[in-house]
Amino acid sequence: MKLDSKIPQGEMAKKWSNYKANQKLVNPANKRKLDIIVVGTGLAGASAAASFGEMGFNVKNFTIQDSPRRAHSIAAQGGINAAKNYPNDGDSVHRLFYDTVKGGDYRAREANVHRLAEVSNDIIDQCVAQGVPFAREYGGLLDNRSFGGAQVSRTFYAKGQTGQQLLIGAYQALMRQVNAGTVDLYTRTEIVDIVMVDGKARGVIARDLVTGEFQRHFGHAVVLATGGYGNTFFLSTNAMGSNGSAAIKAYQKGAAFANPCFAQIHPTCIPVHGEFQSKLTLMSESLRNDGRIWVPKKKEDAEAIRTGKLKPTQIAEEDRDYYLERRYPAFGNLVPRDVASRAAKERCDAGFGVGATGLAVYLDFKSAIERLGEDAIRARYGNLFQMYEKIVDDNPYETPMMIYPAIHYTMGGIWVDYELQTTVPGLFAAGEANFSDHGANRLGASALMQGLADGYFVLPYTIQNYLADDISTPRMTGDEKEFVDAENEAKAKFEKLLAIKGNRSVDSIHKELGLVMWDFVGMARNKEGLEQAIEKIAAIKKEFYSNVRIPGSGEGMNVELEKASRLADFIEIGDLMARDALHREESCGGHFREEYQTEEGEAQRQDDKFTYAGCWEYQGEDKAPVMHKEELTFEVVKVAQRNYK
Amino acid sequence: MSTIFGSSIGRKLLMSLSGLFLVVFLIIHLSINLLLLVPDGGQMFNVAANFMALPLIKYGLQPVLFAGFIVHIIYAAILTAQNNKARGSAKYASGNNTKDVMWASKNMFVLGLTVSAFLVVHLIDYWVPLQITHAAESITIDGVEMHNTYALVNAAFAESWRVILYVIGALGLTIHLTHGFWSAFQTLGLSNNIWRSRWTVAGIAFAWIVGLGFAAIAILQFAFYQ
Amino acid sequence: MENNISLTLKVWRQNGPKEKGRFETYKLEKVSTDSSFLEMMDILNEQLINDGNEPVAFDHDCREGICGMCSLYINGRPHGPDDDVTTCQLHMRKFKDGETITIEPWRSAGFPVIKDLIVNRNAFDTIIAAGGYTSVSTGGVPDANAIPIPKVDADEAMDAASCIGCGACVATCKNGSAMLFVSAKVSHLALLPQGKVEAARRAKNMVAKMDELGFGNCTNTGACEVECPKGVSISNIARLNREFLKAKLQD
Repeated sequence: MKLDSKIPQGEMAKKWSNYKANQKLVNPANKRKLDIIVVGTGLAGASAAASFGEMGFNVKNFTIQDSPRRAHSIAAQGGINAAKNYPNDGDSVHRLFYDTVKGGDYRAREANVHRLAEVSNDIIDQCVAQGVPFAREYGGLLDNRSFGGAQVSRTFYAKGQTGQQLLIGAYQALMRQVNAGTVDLYTRTEIVDIVMVDGKARGVIARDLVTGEFQRHFGHAVVLATGGYGNTFFLSTNAMGSNGSAAIKAYQKGAAFANPCFAQIHPTCIPVHGEFQSKLTLMSESLRNDGRIWVPKKKEDAEAIRTGKLKPTQIAEEDRDYYLERRYPAFGNLVPRDVASRAAKERCDAGFGVGATGLAVYLDFKSAIERLGEDAIRARYGNLFQMYEKIVDDNPYETPMMIYPAIHYTMGGIWVDYELQTTVPGLFAAGEANFSDHGANRLGASALMQGLADGYFVLPYTIQNYLADDISTPRMTGDEKEFVDAENEAKAKFEKLLAIKGNRSVDSIHKELGLVMWDFVGMARNKEGLEQAIEKIAAIKKEFYSNVRIPGSGEGMNVELEKASRLADFIEIGDLMARDALHREESCGGHFREEYQTEEGEAQRQDDKFTYAGCWEYQGEDKAPVMHKEELTFEVVKVAQRNYK
Repeated sequence: MSTIFGSSIGRKLLMSLSGLFLVVFLIIHLSINLLLLVPDGGQMFNVAANFMALPLIKYGLQPVLFAGFIVHIIYAAILTAQNNKARGSAKYASGNNTKDVMWASKNMFVLGLTVSAFLVVHLIDYWVPLQITHAAESITIDGVEMHNTYALVNAAFAESWRVILYVIGALGLTIHLTHGFWSAFQTLGLSNNIWRSRWTVAGIAFAWIVGLGFAAIAILQFAFYQ
Repeated sequence: MENNISLTLKVWRQNGPKEKGRFETYKLEKVSTDSSFLEMMDILNEQLINDGNEPVAFDHDCREGICGMCSLYINGRPHGPDDDVTTCQLHMRKFKDGETITIEPWRSAGFPVIKDLIVNRNAFDTIIAAGGYTSVSTGGVPDANAIPIPKVDADEAMDAASCIGCGACVATCKNGSAMLFVSAKVSHLALLPQGKVEAARRAKNMVAKMDELGFGNCTNTGACEVECPKGVSISNIARLNREFLKAKLQD
């Protein structure tokens, strides 16, 4: 496998301009002859499909939900970064670029991140033109806030619903193209395989989730914008339907899967309440701007709280341990997500956790309310507080919130070059689905930026560079042997699942997988645990293929069958994550290996050995994958140990 | 303009405009009826009623009034039929427990039917003898011969069953108006978060003034003017 | 705080769009009052699968009240007996031990049932496609701060734009009207200078599509606003009426 990152020549700030100036383009008459398949309708998928349609390509856009507007991008609360420097506080493209590379713990490709920072401003302009109702000041200009510990205020937001508003902007642009006839929308349709013709991606096999019928679709190029694979853990902040199946299909067709072990654990989620918990709800990171995180200083107090004998409000100020402020005086409660998450786990593991399970810490607004008044806090976080109260039945204005880390975002994903093309020609990946620009850890308000950058401003250029050579490739009918074979293969997989007729529900096996992932491939990992995890995942795979029970048939809607087919792929991803985590003998960003920490318990990178993206190549069913390296070189950014003290 | 009344909002516009027109009519009607309570043996009322029989009003405005009623009723029927179709054939087994919804707003058609039924009785009682058969007796006031409308009304309200019927009719009208009044302005688009509560309050006040006004006249006629 | 309750569930089951449906009754023991309503449905489905039956199909995705996918009509109310929530945000502490809960799909001619509790809401997408956007393509737009927008307008647009397209408004409306949904989009864009440019065209096209798809006529009952999980106001309907009538009068 050859990993050519295709980074353009020239100095960092000019690479993207140079690329655009020299790339190949497709003329308008030829665009009409070219079909592009876009899988997914989140920020990346919808923006890409809409933009391709506007340019004149024929687009087929697929979503598993009933409407493109349901994609999980909609759930992002906090905001979107851009280097506008409207507040005149010293921001610039260079600073956004630098912060993102540093925040990612120096495991991202510099050229991509720089491009991301460059187009960030265009995204805001585009969204405003679409009518995205960003928050404004009384003067009528856009408001910015500081987010996730950034030293500048570069985050644009729309109440606590930024993701929703950005997605609806992209969705509306998409529906405009549907109306214009340039985009064919396939709702409640899942991609079950990618069709390869002569070594290039030329289409997909889709399954209609309502009728259960299989469909063959041709495209000159295929774009995967299918999000992350956080649901491998069963419990995550992802939507119930979010899955990594399309990514796994790509991997199995020869696309490298990069850095699968880089999964972000978000520090401020509502803790687990019981065994039937179905998902974890995120509380926006913005809460950390005003909330203070603490646990009791004394173990006996923590124990009394766990058994319900003491209330948090009864713990005196001097008996509280504001551990983030103690450990990281410079950044305090605003340290990056990975640091905050690990610190919470450390306290709970040491026996200071609160809540019935002992797996929670407090996020307290008492001093903020004293300082600013309840009304100011209500204006800032009212909707989040209400959401918390609906779930937990506690009033956060009076008693501190309980939070605990949860799986949130996956930085790893399908490997792509500078053009967002995978190692399979004609197959592109965008948004969270690719291994992206976030390195080993994503900063707050960067995911929305990346998804829209890929869809609006990167792919519309780079895909032309590929398609320009394809203008004389005629459309295929879908009756070619490659399509028929792929469909039969996909059908066989579903029939195989239906034929198992075992004794266990899909969810029960998925939960088992999730527990293994959380315990061994979660916030803190070590060699022994990861080796165990690989064995346990193999056992779960065996259990799944011999004992899963899927009621009903392949005809008509069958939700359990959908879930089973996705779980089969989650099992593959889980294995890949564990292998990647095992091989990466260092701690960086979202990946923390207990063997590699400083004396103070901070993550310790091994730059001399691991400054690369680990890219896994599929070798066939039940064969160990092979790892290839994309070495990362840093021309501009000075690699240093992150320090938030 | 061509298709405005073919649209849902256009049809609602007709309901709104015809409804507001009928509201104006109600104001005039009530104003004249209040003269029934002037203790002058019905002289002022008769003069006012006679004014309403002038050819310009009888042949000019009355058809417009009838048209207002007809448009309001026909479109109510059309809208109700369309809405039933849109609701679909499958009904909720658990009913509808949405709180804070004005009862009147969900029963406008039934209330409208009540008012219409009353209207028929009302026309037979007065409009037919006064303007069609001219069976009502005559009286001469200031040298002008006219129907003694007051006597007709006074005699009618001597019967308790009719008073009860009129009170029920007035009540139906009141409830109809508690929703209809503000709703008309909402449909015209003349509402927002502030004006909505103003129209609602004004509508409820208006509805009760009109309803209680008509009812009171009937009751007082029965009790004190016989 | 945590408590376990037992429930009797009357659930609408329907095998397919054209098939006849019926209610099935299920008993469920020991449901934690801290679970969400959909977690209770998960427990029911786990029980059904373990007993060798087909689980109940219902729409859901984000489970945090923003995607608009969940859509259950519970005891006479869309999204059940709590205010300002979606079904996924409804928690079992709102129910009593021993209670019978009736669970139905959204009912409206515009939302045909696909299976069990799942309905087809594609009509909403079709309405948006008819004009719920600004006709700007990617690139070539002015700077985001080129046009100042009064904060009050931006805030009001945001309130209208918070619609999640769940369809509770249609589900509860005695007329099966989609006016709240349509008005939220028309308002959101009409309030902003970027959307004002084609406000007239948008109002006309979206209303025409809504009518064509067989949604009912608004009679201003206000039930939609009560059941809207995001509290979208019917003042938006007044604005839509205004925009539409203005547009038509200009023709």
